Amino acid sequence: MKDSTKPLGRVSRRGALKIGAAAAALPLVHMQTAYAAGSLKLGFWDHWVPAANPVMKKLVDEWGAKNKVHITLDLLSSGTANSKLPLTQAAEALSGTGHDVLAFNTWDVQHYAQHLMPIDDVMDAQIKKYGAIDPMAQYLATVKGHWMAMPTSVGSQYKPSCARISLFKKEGYDVEKWYPNKPGNASTSTAWTYDLMLKLAPKAKAAGLTFGLGLGQTTDSVDWTGTVLRAYGGVLVDEKGKSQLRSEPVMTVLEYFQKLVPYLPADTATYDDASNNKALISGKGGLIFNPPSAWWVARRDAIKVAADCWTFPNPSGPKAKSVPYLPYFWGIWSFSQNKTAAKELITWLQQRPQVETLTNASAGYDISPFNSMHNFTIWTTEKPPVGTIYNYPLRPWFDAVSNVSGYPAPPHIATQLYSNATFNVMIVKLTKQGQKMKDVLAWGERQIESYVNM
Amino acid sequence: MADGTTAVTAPALRGIAQPARRGGLQRFARRRSTLAFVMCLPLFLLIAGLVVYPFFYSIYLSMLNREMTRFVGLFNYLYLLSSGTFHLVIFQSCLFAITAVFFKALIGFILAHVMHNISGRDQRIWRGLLLIPWVIPPALSTLGYWWMVSGDYSAINWILQLFGLHPVAWLANTWTARMWIIIVNVWFGTPFFMIMYLATLKSVPEQLYEAAAIDGATGLQKIRYISLPMLRNIIGITVLFSLIVTFANFDIVEILTAGAPANTTHVFATYAFQVGINSGNIPMGAAVSLFIFPILAVFSIFILRGIGRRTQEAI
Repeated sequence: MKDSTKPLGRVSRRGALKIGAAAAALPLVHMQTAYAAGSLKLGFWDHWVPAANPVMKKLVDEWGAKNKVHITLDLLSSGTANSKLPLTQAAEALSGTGHDVLAFNTWDVQHYAQHLMPIDDVMDAQIKKYGAIDPMAQYLATVKGHWMAMPTSVGSQYKPSCARISLFKKEGYDVEKWYPNKPGNASTSTAWTYDLMLKLAPKAKAAGLTFGLGLGQTTDSVDWTGTVLRAYGGVLVDEKGKSQLRSEPVMTVLEYFQKLVPYLPADTATYDDASNNKALISGKGGLIFNPPSAWWVARRDAIKVAADCWTFPNPSGPKAKSVPYLPYFWGIWSFSQNKTAAKELITWLQQRPQVETLTNASAGYDISPFNSMHNFTIWTTEKPPVGTIYNYPLRPWFDAVSNVSGYPAPPHIATQLYSNATFNVMIVKLTKQGQKMKDVLAWGERQIESYVNM
Repeated sequence: MADGTTAVTAPALRGIAQPARRGGLQRFARRRSTLAFVMCLPLFLLIAGLVVYPFFYSIYLSMLNREMTRFVGLFNYLYLLSSGTFHLVIFQSCLFAITAVFFKALIGFILAHVMHNISGRDQRIWRGLLLIPWVIPPALSTLGYWWMVSGDYSAINWILQLFGLHPVAWLANTWTARMWIIIVNVWFGTPFFMIMYLATLKSVPEQLYEAAAIDGATGLQKIRYISLPMLRNIIGITVLFSLIVTFANFDIVEILTAGAPANTTHVFATYAFQVGINSGNIPMGAAVSLFIFPILAVFSIFILRGIGRRTQEAI
C-alpha cells in the first residue's frame, strides 16, 4: 500500500548520466548469440563432380560461423530430365519466398531479372580487383546496364575439344604440339580448323572413332553449333533484333553441316547432354566438345581412354576461334530478408583463394569468369596424361573468344533461339529429314519472327 | 404501442421464437447431409487449394505477357494456334495418348482373360510378375529402355550386330522414336488395365459362362457376348483415367528424346516445360498445358455419357 501510493521519484541529472553511460556501454558487454547476424538460405547448383559439394558446404559453414550467420545450403540439380533448379527458380519468383541466394543457369538471370536485386556495387568491386570479366557473362547477367547476378565459377564451364591423341596422330596431327601444356602463342594452334575437322570426320568414322557431336535440343548440342556459327561470323538475329538468317555466313554454315552430318553418329539428332560423354568413355568417340567431366569419368572408368585424351580449344573458323561457354550465376532475390549478408557471402566465395579451392574440388571443371583466375595449378597437374586439361581455360595466347548460342540477339529473343534449339532443328531438317534449304530457311524465319513478336 | 402491449408481446414472442430457432439449428446440425458436408469439408478445402485454385491461376497466368506485367487476353493461345511447332505437339500428343491407351486396354484385356483362366497359386505368381512394370517408377523404366535403344551402345543394336545386321538409330528417326515412346508407356501402363479388368471379370457370375457353354458358345463368343458387355463400364472408366494420365505424361518423352528429332516427339507437358521454364515464358507454358483441358473434356463427355446411359439402362 505504501509502495503503491509512493509518487515516482524524479530522475536527477546525475542519474540520467549514469543511465546514458550504461546504455552506451551495453553493446560492449552484451552476449552475442550464435547467429546474431541472422540467417541465409542458399540454393546452389548440385555439382556434377560430387567431391565439389562437400567443399562448398565446408566453405559456407566456415563463413557462417565466422560471421555469425546461420546458413542453410540446398543443392539443386539441373540437367536433362533433372530440373529441380529451374523449377525452384520459377516457384520462388512467383511466390516471392524461398532462398535468399539462388543459382541461375545461362539465361535464367534474364528470365527472372525483375525479381532480383541489382548488385552493381559487388560486381564493380570484383572487376576492379580481378580485371576484365568474360563478355558473355556480362551479356547474360546484366539488364539495362545493371548487374542482376554474380557470374560464378561454380558450375561454369567451357566446352572445348576433347580429342583422342592417337586418332589425330594417326592422321598426322599432334594435338599436344598444337596446344602444349605450357604457355605458347596463337600461331601454334592455327592448324585446328573446321575445314580440317570436316576432313578428319570420315576418317574418324572409318576408324570406329566417330566424332561424338550432337544435333539434339539440349545444351551441349546447342552450344557447339552456335560456336561454329560464330566462327564463321554468322548470327541468326543481330543485336537490334533483326533476322540475319539469309546472310552468307549462315548459309555457309548450313552447307558445312550438310557435308559434316553424314559422318556424325547415326543418332546425332537425339543426342542429349550425356551422349557425348558416353561416346568418349565407351572408347567409340574420337572427339567431343565438353568440359573435363567426360575425361574425369573416363579416368575413373576407362583409364586407357582417359590417358589418350587431350583438351584444347575448338577449331578456328574464317572469322574467329570461338569456344562454347555455359556460365552459372548467383542472384539475390529482391525479397531476401538478409541482403547484406548475402552480398558479403557471395563476394567472399568468389575471392581467388575460395575460387581455387572450389575449382580444385571440382577437378578443374569450374571456371571463373575472370581471366586473371585462369592460371590455377590444377589445370597443369591433372593427369593422365600430365597437363591434359591445361588448355581448358581460355589462355591469353589462344586468341579465342567465348560464345553463347543466340548472342548477340537481344536476350529475350536469344533465350528462345537457345531453348528451342532453333538452329539445330534447322540443321536436322536439312540434313536428316530431307527438307530443302528454302523450306528450312522459311521455317527458321517464321520461328524468329514469332520470337521477335512474343 | 403507448399502452405497453408491444413491450409485453415482443419479449414473449422472442421467448417463443428462440427455442424454435435453436431447435431448428440443432435439427440442421443433426441432419445427415450437414454432417456429411462437414466431414467432407477438409477434402473440399484440399481440392479447392490444390486443384481449383491452381487451375484458375494457370488460366490467369496464360493471359499475361512474357514478363507477367500486362494482361494480353487470348494472345498466347492465338500465337500457339498459329505455330507450326505447336501443331506438331498437338498431333504427337494425340497420337501418343490414343495409341498408347488403345494398346494398354487391348493387351490388358487379353492378359486379364489369360490370368482369369489360370487357377490358384499360379495366377497369384503371374499376377505379381505382371504388376512389376507398374510398380517401377516410370523414370527408371524409361532409363532402362533408353539404354536398350539409344545410339551405338544399346542392347538391341548389340543383338542386331551379333546377327550381322546394321545398328538402327531408333531415337533419331521420328517414327521409330514415336514408336518407342508409345512402347515404354504401354509397358508401364498395361498392368493397371489388366488388374482392373481381372477384378471385374472375377465378379462376373460363372453361371453365365456355363450357360453359354451349354448353348455351344465358343471362347470368342463368350468374350463378345458376356465379358465385353460386363466390362464395358470399367473399360470406359480405365480408358478415361488412362487418357488423362497419358496426355499429361512428361518423363518418358523428356528422358528418351527431349522432344527431338526436330521437335517431332514433343507432347504437351514437355513442350510446356520447354516454353515455360527453359525459355522463361511462364504464361506461354501455362497456355500450352491448358490446351490439354478441352481435348480431355471432349473425351470425358463422351465416355462418361456412355457410362451414365448404360447405368440407367441397367437400372
